[in-house]
Amino acid sequence: MEKIQFDYPALHSVPQRVHVGVVGSGDLEVLLEPSADARTHVLVNTSVDGFEATWKNVLDRFFARFQGAVSIEINDFGATPGTVMLRLAQAVEGLRA
Amino acid sequence: MNTDAASRAGYRRFLERHSFIEMNARERVRAVLDPGTLREMLGPFDRIKSPWLPLQGIVAQADDGVVLARGTLDGKPAVIAAIESAYQGGSMGEVSGAKIAAALELALEDCAQGRLILPVLLFETGGVRLQEANLGLAAIAEIHAAIIALRRYVPVVGVIAGMVGCFGGMSLAAALCTHLIVTPQARLGMNGPEVIEQEAGIEEMDAADRGLIWSLIGGEQRFATGFADDLLEDDADAIAAAVRKAFSTAPASAPAPMRSRQVERYRELLRSIDPNQPPDGESLRRLWQPRRMT
Repeated sequence: MEKIQFDYPALHSVPQRVHVGVVGSGDLEVLLEPSADARTHVLVNTSVDGFEATWKNVLDRFFARFQGAVSIEINDFGATPGTVMLRLAQAVEGLRA
Repeated sequence: MNTDAASRAGYRRFLERHSFIEMNARERVRAVLDPGTLREMLGPFDRIKSPWLPLQGIVAQADDGVVLARGTLDGKPAVIAAIESAYQGGSMGEVSGAKIAAALELALEDCAQGRLILPVLLFETGGVRLQEANLGLAAIAEIHAAIIALRRYVPVVGVIAGMVGCFGGMSLAAALCTHLIVTPQARLGMNGPEVIEQEAGIEEMDAADRGLIWSLIGGEQRFATGFADDLLEDDADAIAAAVRKAFSTAPASAPAPMRSRQVERYRELLRSIDPNQPPDGESLRRLWQPRRMT
């Protein structure tokens, strides 16, 4: 099990928190909240060790497009990068609900 | 009606159904409660999670796999607990078990003071979480005790939709419910088929034989032999309606004896079986009590 943290600049605040997903095989849970300091913080808890570079690629790409100031916790159970992207997109979509 | 029209009508009915089985625990709770009344307690952002799983290299889910919510059913106050089967097989750990037990105990306090809270349990669980061992078992025992105390005041309604089913100590919790709703996809049993195969050998039970498994512990069989009160298709609206009906039709003044109180009757039923010649699902139905689908 590994904990990995990332930080990104942000441009705008978000109105609410959103929860999506489940810590099930090949899936992940995303807890998204407004961040306190106008930056984006991501904490990844993953059951699969040794994929920090892959997480960085996925998250770099996602936060190049989404620039809300959010604090995100990811609880991962071996999700593929595609699934991670979909869950993150789903969480951001939840901000508009 | 010719067969083409009949199959088209069946197809349309199938498409119009909202699958309850395909919903996660939170969606199930939302589907059962009156629209717009859901208020989640100890939700994921409270981060009350298992302290034991990370010590064993397992990532913990923020709500420990149980969704607890207050809301209303036909305008009456209700509390629902739903187990998320995708997380650790819906297993009951210290936290997830305590969440359900505490919700039932608080409902009990309210009911004892004359404020009725309708309790609903949405089961989808393999039973105790082995990684948390006795702590999970203790929580399950508390759930049993709470159901027994609570059902004196108000019906406790359980739902097993599938596809995990309801096993282990939680199968006892389901059996203790005043009213149990199942789908044909549901399974209800103490030991799961995989456990039986592993412990007693494939000659005793072939866990890959789905027809055999469902003929013994599937929803239709459990309903036909009197262990469940409603057998419904996998449809969220039908299940939500059946939950409401279970509360509105339960006899308030002179309740029928609970299944768990009918000890002599079940002893009698067990005596009618020769363990050396175990009956198959069909003959057990004939031997015990025939009932039809609602």
